Amino acid sequence: MNLDFSVVPPFAGALAIGALWTILITALAGAISLIVGIGLALARIYAPGWIRALLAVPVFIILGTPLLLQLFLVYYGLSQLGLRLPAFFTGVVGLGLHYAVYNADILRAAILSVEQGQYEAGRALGFGRGATLRHFVLPQALYRALPQIGNNILVLLKDSVLVSAIGIMELVLSAQLAISRTFRPFEFYISVAAIFYLINLALEWALARITRRTEAMR
Amino acid sequence: MMTPMVELKGLRKVFGRLEVLRGIDMSVDKGQILSLIGPSGSGKSTLLRSVNLLETPTGGEVWLDGTRVNADLKGLAYERHVNGLRREMQMVFQQFNLFPHLTVMQNLTIGPMKLLGLSKAEAEARGEELLCKVGLAEKALAYPARLSGGQKQRVAIARALAMRPKVMLFDEVTSALDPELVDEVNAVMKDLAAEHITMLIVTHEMRFAAEVTDWAVFMDEGMVVEEGPPDRLFSDPEHPRTRSFLRKHLGA
Amino acid sequence: MDLDLIMRTTQFLGEAALMTLALTAGSLVLGILAAGAIVVARLSRWTAVRALVAAYVSVMRGTPLLVQLFVLYFGGPQIGLTLSPFAAGVVTFGLNIAAYMSEGLRGAILSVDKGQTEAARTLGFGRLATMFHFILPQCAALMIRSLGVNAVILIKGTALISTIGVVDLTYSAQRIMTSSSQPFEVFGIAAAYYMLIVFGLTRIMRLAERRFALPDEARA
Ligand SMILES: Nc1ncnc2c1ncn2[C@@H]1O[C@H](COP(=O)(O)OP(=O)(O)O)[C@@H](O)[C@H]1O
Ligand SMILES: [Mg+2]
Repeated sequence: MNLDFSVVPPFAGALAIGALWTILITALAGAISLIVGIGLALARIYAPGWIRALLAVPVFIILGTPLLLQLFLVYYGLSQLGLRLPAFFTGVVGLGLHYAVYNADILRAAILSVEQGQYEAGRALGFGRGATLRHFVLPQALYRALPQIGNNILVLLKDSVLVSAIGIMELVLSAQLAISRTFRPFEFYISVAAIFYLINLALEWALARITRRTEAMR
Repeated sequence: MMTPMVELKGLRKVFGRLEVLRGIDMSVDKGQILSLIGPSGSGKSTLLRSVNLLETPTGGEVWLDGTRVNADLKGLAYERHVNGLRREMQMVFQQFNLFPHLTVMQNLTIGPMKLLGLSKAEAEARGEELLCKVGLAEKALAYPARLSGGQKQRVAIARALAMRPKVMLFDEVTSALDPELVDEVNAVMKDLAAEHITMLIVTHEMRFAAEVTDWAVFMDEGMVVEEGPPDRLFSDPEHPRTRSFLRKHLGA
Repeated sequence: MDLDLIMRTTQFLGEAALMTLALTAGSLVLGILAAGAIVVARLSRWTAVRALVAAYVSVMRGTPLLVQLFVLYFGGPQIGLTLSPFAAGVVTFGLNIAAYMSEGLRGAILSVDKGQTEAARTLGFGRLATMFHFILPQCAALMIRSLGVNAVILIKGTALISTIGVVDLTYSAQRIMTSSSQPFEVFGIAAAYYMLIVFGLTRIMRLAERRFALPDEARA
């Protein structure tokens, strides 16, 4: 056995930057997954039949294939279409869209669970259909879906490493750069795992706090 | 002197910081039918569950027919000791707890077959006899989900009897039933009483207790407050706490 | 559309699909066995065992699968563990999904009413016999369902093996995507293979679930 963790500290700065990228990617992709997820959930409930049928296809494909393969498609596909976008952008959007589908599933169920009584109450007050949705149904649905969406964000955090496969800087890639100089994969990947575990713990704690705070609103 | 069938000596049970049983002494003779009454939360269930070690007593002694139940054993030896003794004292629960994946007959035969070594034929003969006794012979092949609450509870009693226990423990067995189903269960218990099976009955039905049992114990806050023959205890309680409890429950 | 390319890709990816299938099968067997062991350990009467296994589950769930794969495959040789890429994949994916599966199995066991255990113990059954005769029969179908959900996650997770050079579906698809100029067609064919595997496995799981489900009359 030949382990020497003292090779890690000199690269602490590089790893910290990688960690910041990871957090940024998670935050951006998480935001996209939430916003698009809400849109998708609403469309799947309220949109005309043909739109719903049309949406079913990408949803089906996203649920049935690996995220990594989807990232490759976005990466190579966009450039094929003549769109020269930075890899960072395609990675974040790909990640976000993937989790949007998962969030939409949860949100759809949550919206349907609030719908009836609240909807009627809103309409009875004189609100229109859209306003009722926005002011009464959606907020409650969001609160209800929060624990599961939080769970998805935790999974997203860990899946964010996959964007390293299309060359986007984040923790794993910054570790790989250090490994290419030190030839010490074990020490660096264990360190990356430890950093992820800590970020994961912090995020879990924050999500649990938010969930508890909003408990009364469910 | 005869050995009591069940004997509790200084039984104590603590949950965290809550002292639920604070030194209970109690003795039930063979063939005696004892009712345990008291306000909700006074520790009646915990007492019954300590007798068959669903709860481990914090202190004191539990004896069954001359054998120490909460023996000072560890690990597997304790496990074996407890499993053996439990067969001899069967409990009927408020929530029935029938096995939903087994038919009524299988509910009755699984214990005797797997634990007492009866053959399938012997166990089913015993099961049929007991189902007749509780008036459910025609339900042998039904699953519990298809029975009414009263029927479920009668099956649960039959399941317990199938183990031929020395003692039967009843924990508010009619409390979860619709009022019109209570009598059919009580009728079965009266039949058992007539056979002088040793029984400890936790109940809220004073009339039933007075009619069926020959000793009544009133508990409050984890202690025995007062006991005696039910006629005497119910008509002429000595302790003010007994009196106020009975006033509420006799509906006078 | 280039029909010839599509034909060749379909054939080429068909072979890669076999690799994905083998990887899935190996990881699934290891995963289910390990998940069973984890559940047993979590029911242990020794606190230290329970804590250790809980920590294992927490770490497996709290760190990225890709990093776990890299620790084992690239870092393994440093601690005397040199594995082929395929073996590293099976071990990593199996032990990872086991952590998730164990949670599902445990949830299924906990979903059985506590009264069932009390009733069985009251009859005089021991801990093991209670589990075997009363708890497992009541939650087997639920267990299989949760295993199925995790198996689908596992299938998609095996794509990570492409990062260490195993020629699986994702590896081959990516290769053709870079060399041909038809990423959408290639993706479509690879996706079809993945969904075929997912579909097949879901069918098997559904059959198993039905086999272990309680009869209709037994359900409330
Ligand atoms: N497993 C337990 N953990 C903590 N407290 C318990 C537990 N079981 C019972 N208790 C408490 O013990 C007290 C007595 O409960 P119980 O024996 O069920 O009373 P009874 O059957 O007379 O209504 C209650 O305050 C109850 O909350
Ligand atoms: Mg009680």
